[in-house]
Amino acid sequence: MTPDFVSSSLAIVAPELILAIGAMALLLIGLFMGERSAPTVSGLAAALLVGAGLVLVTVTPDGVAFGGSIILDPFARFMKVLVLIGSAVVIVMSVGFAERERFDRFEFPVLIVLSTIGMMVMISAGDLIALYLGLELQSLAVYVVAAINRDSVRSTEAGLKYFVLGALSSGMLLYGASLIYGFTGQIQFDAIASLAAEGRSLGLIIGLVFVLAGLAFKISAVPFHMWTPDVYEGAPTPVTAFFAGAPKVAAMALLTRFTVEGFGPLTPDWQQVIVFISIASMAFGSFAAIGQRNIKRLMAYSSIGHMGYALVGLAAANVSGVRGVLIYMAIYMTMTLGTFAVILSMRRRDGVVEEIDDLAGLSRTNPVMALFLTILMLSLAGLPPLAGFFAKYFVFVAAVQAQLYGLAVIGVLASAVGLYYYLRLVKVMWFDEPAESFVPMAMEMRVVLGAAALFIFPVYLFVGPSIAAAAEAAARSFF
Amino acid sequence: MLGLQALFFYIFAFVSIAAALMVVFSRNPVHSVLFLILTFVSAAGLFLLTGAEFLALILIVVYVGAVAILFLFVVMMLDLDTTGLRQRAQQYAPIGAIIGVVLLAELIIGVTGTYYQPHLATATALPTPPLAAMSNIQALGAVLYTRYILFFQLAGLVLFVAMIGAIVLTLRHKENVKRQSIARQVARTPATAIEIRRVESGKGI
Repeated sequence: MTPDFVSSSLAIVAPELILAIGAMALLLIGLFMGERSAPTVSGLAAALLVGAGLVLVTVTPDGVAFGGSIILDPFARFMKVLVLIGSAVVIVMSVGFAERERFDRFEFPVLIVLSTIGMMVMISAGDLIALYLGLELQSLAVYVVAAINRDSVRSTEAGLKYFVLGALSSGMLLYGASLIYGFTGQIQFDAIASLAAEGRSLGLIIGLVFVLAGLAFKISAVPFHMWTPDVYEGAPTPVTAFFAGAPKVAAMALLTRFTVEGFGPLTPDWQQVIVFISIASMAFGSFAAIGQRNIKRLMAYSSIGHMGYALVGLAAANVSGVRGVLIYMAIYMTMTLGTFAVILSMRRRDGVVEEIDDLAGLSRTNPVMALFLTILMLSLAGLPPLAGFFAKYFVFVAAVQAQLYGLAVIGVLASAVGLYYYLRLVKVMWFDEPAESFVPMAMEMRVVLGAAALFIFPVYLFVGPSIAAAAEAAARSFF
Repeated sequence: MLGLQALFFYIFAFVSIAAALMVVFSRNPVHSVLFLILTFVSAAGLFLLTGAEFLALILIVVYVGAVAILFLFVVMMLDLDTTGLRQRAQQYAPIGAIIGVVLLAELIIGVTGTYYQPHLATATALPTPPLAAMSNIQALGAVLYTRYILFFQLAGLVLFVAMIGAIVLTLRHKENVKRQSIARQVARTPATAIEIRRVESGKGI
């Protein structure tokens, strides 16, 4: 344990360190400023996340820290930037909403920052302990923010439900991790991989399956999706926007690193599991969303489906597959944040509304909002030339390259079914009789919605190749 | 020396089994919890005898100091009606028996020294140094604050989140509550706290 070991390790985890110290400082600032400190602390928290992102991109070197427990490679950097953007945007969007709904507490941004630290550890995890600790730090903070509106029965129910089911999934993950450790004697992913290459043992496979089940819960892939609609509906909307974005990205990154790096030699074994949950998620997400009337529930089913599509890329288990996952998560998060900017703005004079029918005739009451939401919906459905099309294109191409023709065909069929319910929203906005108009959008919502929609079309057409190149470089970290 | 060790082993083992039986059979739930504490303490003694002093201390600190005392509070505050509980416990007897058989099988495997994959016994990520070279606490300390400092700090952050969460979700600032201010209490002097009056006898104040 030389000083070199410490300083080089600290340089690699510098962004996490900044966030951890910053979170504690923010908590003190909030405590000393008292009741009305939520907007200030939120602003500082967003600035902190942006600052950590800048440090991550400019200063922090690639490498491994703490003897291989933390890995910072182009893949981790790509995903961490996504997570930081997702968290910062959610904090900015939450301020006004929380104030009006009376849960504007300064602990909310602090918990989001702490959860972000967990996500960054998940993305960089190089061994089983970092995997578990990162996941727990992220999840625990998220359980609390789900119940942050403690005077609302639905919010507390969402928090409790998420906590109980999340604890169960953590238990499964931990059991799997203990089996893997027991059957290899190793905790580091690369060491596990080299032992797995010598020969597969039944215990190792069982451990792998348990860990996959725990991680599938976190990305809400079928059959571990049951909590998603209820928690999405019950949690306060800014929290739902958070759930749908950054934690999914982090869990997907962890799943990718765990399978590709830790179990590369056993690819055929985990590939069939991923193929199954991918098909089940795509199909379930498409069909179950059709009957939904609440837009937050609709987004829950939509996110289940989208995780299925992203898993198509992982199932391919090659460079273009991992590249597809990266591009998919980037575009998915942009679309989700933009859509939630609209959902957060669905407010009439007498309060918040969340039914799809409340969007009726939006094209006449607020044409710009309707246009941008239409772009986002068509992109979620995957129509060209919007960014959502390219996201699906990359994962399906990877699946075809890996000769998973059936998976690609089912994916295309599922997205055709999904098109129906996204188009229904578009139809409600453009062709139904106008409902009472919403109160004007807040400035930050306009910025987020406009930026997301314009990124989806037309900006992506120009920056798409460079994002794909960055994702390609990131995917090469594994192969 | 060996004889003394064996003597203590039998004492701890006997007390631990007897106390464990009493946990189940005693009628008063408060007695059950007290016997549970006795079981923990004698198990800690057994750990000490095998040289696992860290486990022994943790068992006392965590299980006796925190968990069992929490049990005791709950049992005393809730005033449980154990008759119904006992009947329901009977229903789970078969499951209990199965778990017992599994544990027995594990014990046999452990005692006979059978390994499922013997070549892995030496391939551990961070093997424990032999007891003769280093005690358990030393071995843990040597890695916990160096190689595994990150995990140690992350675990601290997890606890930090748990603390914030508990406060956020439950603490309500109530109006009109008189709070104890220890600083003010300590800062009182005879000059501010005591008033001396001359009272004439038979008249009262």
